[in-house]
Amino acid sequence: MRFAELANPSRFLRAANLAIPWLGGATVLLFAFALYRAMLAPDDYQQGATVKIMFLHVPSAWLGMLCWALMTVAALGTLVWRHPLADVAAKAAAPLGAAFTLLCLVTGSLWGRPEWGTYWVWDARLTSELILFLLYLGVIALWRTVEDTSRAARAVAILTIVGAIDLPIIKFSVDWWNTLHQGASVFRLGGSTIHPAILVPLLLMAAAFTLLFVTLLLAAMRNEILRRRVRTLRLLQASAAG
Amino acid sequence: MQATAHIDFIVAAYAAGLIVIVALIAWVMLDYRSQRRILAELERQGLSRRSTPVREASQAAREDV
Repeated sequence: MRFAELANPSRFLRAANLAIPWLGGATVLLFAFALYRAMLAPDDYQQGATVKIMFLHVPSAWLGMLCWALMTVAALGTLVWRHPLADVAAKAAAPLGAAFTLLCLVTGSLWGRPEWGTYWVWDARLTSELILFLLYLGVIALWRTVEDTSRAARAVAILTIVGAIDLPIIKFSVDWWNTLHQGASVFRLGGSTIHPAILVPLLLMAAAFTLLFVTLLLAAMRNEILRRRVRTLRLLQASAAG
Repeated sequence: MQATAHIDFIVAAYAAGLIVIVALIAWVMLDYRSQRRILAELERQGLSRRSTPVREASQAAREDV
């Protein structure tokens, strides 16, 4: 099946029904292995055992940003190409992105208290991440506020594209400003500064989180298609009754 | 010593992760069951997206998938 054929919602549903159980199984197995490796990882020479919080914090931060980047592509799909699944994907992704960004903020606070002596500081990285979370809430609220689906999709698409400005700010905030948050240590010019004993479980956890996100996104998109079919049938029912 | 001093923060972080992941899975699964149930109920009433040629309603619903 070609990728473009998935633009048809019925074909997408058939593909999703087939893929979701397999992806779910693969996610469980990868999480089990990644958690096993994470628990065996040695303590960091500076952070001690709290480095284990990074195995949750870093993947959830990545996913929060990745999800908004995907929503931005979907927004272009809605506004430019009018792809039938673009706004379905954007709507399904928003609560997932919000949840992972919230997890990033919570685990960051729980790491910050023992390491920095505070749960929160108005540092550029933390503040821009909080703004991302608020943007997610704005998108979710907009979907719920505008009743007409296509109008809501266009409004959300514009907000999403404008909000994408926050992504490079989050990424480069540690370079542009003096922040308490540490600089890039995984993906940086000159290679990672993390020892493989910690880097490998971190990347495994990131892969497991990403697989979980893909599975949940497909399932949430399937739900959204079904929800729109229910709406269509109710409109037909109301019309026939009237 | 450091590990025992900070174990509560580590446990709290993993508990938060578990809560978020379980909540997302539950939300997706319950929503799927709910939509399937409603759709089955509407189809039991004889409604189908293709078998009900109500022109006006089709136009109104056209923007939906």
